[in-house]
Amino acid sequence: MTRRLNIKDAINEALRQEMAADDRVILMGEDIAGGAGRDDTYPEAADAWGGPFGVTKGLLPRFGRNRVMDTAIAETGFVGAAIGAAIAGLRPVVEIMYVDFIGTSFDQLLNHAAKLRYVYGGKVSVPLVVRTVAGAGFRAAAEHSQTLYSLYTHVPGLKVVAPSTAADAKGLLIAAIRDPDPVIFIEHKRLYMYDEPVPEEPYTIPFGVARIVRSGSDVTIVGVQKMVHTALDAAKVLASEGIEAEVIDPRTYSPLDEQTILSSVEKTGRLVVVDESHPRCSLATDIAALVAESAFDALRGPIRMVTGAHAPVPFSPPLEDAYVPDAARVVAAVRSGLETTGS
Amino acid sequence: MVRIRIFEARVSAVAEAKLVDGYLHTYAGQEAVACGIIPLLREDDWFTSTYRNHGHAIARDIPLDAIAGEIYGKATGVCGGKGGSMHVADQTRGMIGGMGIVAGGLPIATGAALASRYLGRDSVAVAFFGDGAVHQGAWHEALDFAGLFQCPVIFVCENNLYAETTAVDYHLLAGSVAAMTAPYGIPSVQVDGMDVFSVREAGEEAIARARGGEGPSLIEAMTYRYGGQYEGDTQTYKPPKEVAWWRDRDPLLRFRASVAGRVDSTVLDTIERTVAEEVAAAFDAAERAPWPDLTQVTADVYTPTA
Repeated sequence: MTRRLNIKDAINEALRQEMAADDRVILMGEDIAGGAGRDDTYPEAADAWGGPFGVTKGLLPRFGRNRVMDTAIAETGFVGAAIGAAIAGLRPVVEIMYVDFIGTSFDQLLNHAAKLRYVYGGKVSVPLVVRTVAGAGFRAAAEHSQTLYSLYTHVPGLKVVAPSTAADAKGLLIAAIRDPDPVIFIEHKRLYMYDEPVPEEPYTIPFGVARIVRSGSDVTIVGVQKMVHTALDAAKVLASEGIEAEVIDPRTYSPLDEQTILSSVEKTGRLVVVDESHPRCSLATDIAALVAESAFDALRGPIRMVTGAHAPVPFSPPLEDAYVPDAARVVAAVRSGLETTGS
Repeated sequence: MVRIRIFEARVSAVAEAKLVDGYLHTYAGQEAVACGIIPLLREDDWFTSTYRNHGHAIARDIPLDAIAGEIYGKATGVCGGKGGSMHVADQTRGMIGGMGIVAGGLPIATGAALASRYLGRDSVAVAFFGDGAVHQGAWHEALDFAGLFQCPVIFVCENNLYAETTAVDYHLLAGSVAAMTAPYGIPSVQVDGMDVFSVREAGEEAIARARGGEGPSLIEAMTYRYGGQYEGDTQTYKPPKEVAWWRDRDPLLRFRASVAGRVDSTVLDTIERTVAEEVAAAFDAAERAPWPDLTQVTADVYTPTA
């Protein structure tokens, strides 16, 4: 397995393979084809755009306009339509261009996709995937840079998936498409070009199984999506000081693999959660509360959270850089946790 | 129009040279819309804009230094660098601001108009938006609200033929945006958005109606976006013959042609030279300006209280 793919291409491959295998799989979203096939006299437009990051490029020529649908800028409409299509037998994969646009589609997700199975007494499933893009560090300002993982995670009935590597992105997306429930699949715009070996054949990675990215005995660092890489950078620095950090990528936030996190903290006695989102009511607070409640006796020091600020993401480059947690802040949090511990 | 054209050319150039980061949405091609409407507004009128807002800010005489500073993310920016290109705003000049979410400004402009009516004033509000916005619930809900409460708001559609990259012939079921206001009882007109005089005439009529207590109206200005959805967009979705057709109707050339014989062309040339110097100075100032202090990350989240 020498072939390498970046996250963007791994997602594209997952979509292509699932569409080839199952004709119930259709794509909908803004500009996912982007003018493709509009003008026969202008063949360059045949595969024009594929969304702002080119993730769906090449799918329209292969599968046609019936299965790769450019929608209007109307998230309530197309997310709602995808819910209905899912109930009626299709497997829609919808793209919400940026997670920040959650507000324009959230009623359909919060009050319908997430609840219909429950309120109808388990008689209906909504096999829907919503792909969306999160993350700061792109100079994209306050309305295109958020990481709203926790808003979706808070809602029972939605499954929330956020891969940090290419191999995970492929396996988790195929699992999401085959899953009978609505899955919010969050891609981080700063990770699209991350590449690694990715198997060519289709495969799935089950939800609710965290990945221990690095083993260590002194501190557990849980990273939220892009922050997995920041945690790894911090772990390298710490290792040079003789501190061995265990880095965990939960990969799916709903369901959350609580046991892997708790077992790790039981081993290391310390926890740092790194989440680039706002600190209040976040994955960081959620995971910190889980450990405080269920592994308190194992803790040898205070839980630390390294997060963005309780502020919108600023545009100005130095302000945005200061906003997003970096490895130095993680290292500092680990050290301060060690300093305030007992044995 | 010249100021906008030259300013946006500079934005494209600094984007290409990677001197500025982030999403930059330029207004070149659409100048006649901003310049047809905004100079008609009084000091106490309001307007909302979109992420393609530099042209509106320039037409409202917001200093170029402050706009360029904002695009660079510098402390001298009109929003201190926090908003960036998509969020240029100056409420002291009635520009509520640019919004990054499609159709986000329509309900807000409607509310500003409601406030004017409530307070017994005859000020009006304008909401600028693109053809892609008409599909959003917010668009329909704003028109419904404005119609029900007879708000003095003018909805100005800059129909530049593309909702991001999706062509209007794919997405606009009604054939025109102007045709979509009938159910809300809102009068509408479609005008040549490449001709500043046509836009101005429609604007005068709509503003007079709103000021006179006759409620909302909509102007659909047919125009063309010379740039991509954002700077760096390869625009492979645009057929070259379409681009050429619209370039032939360029609003600056149209203006020159329509005033030929009445205005000496050397006067117009002088204006272009002066404006080019002014724009260059604004970008140089932005380049040299300081970054915001890092404490600004958490400043302005809430209003300070005494």
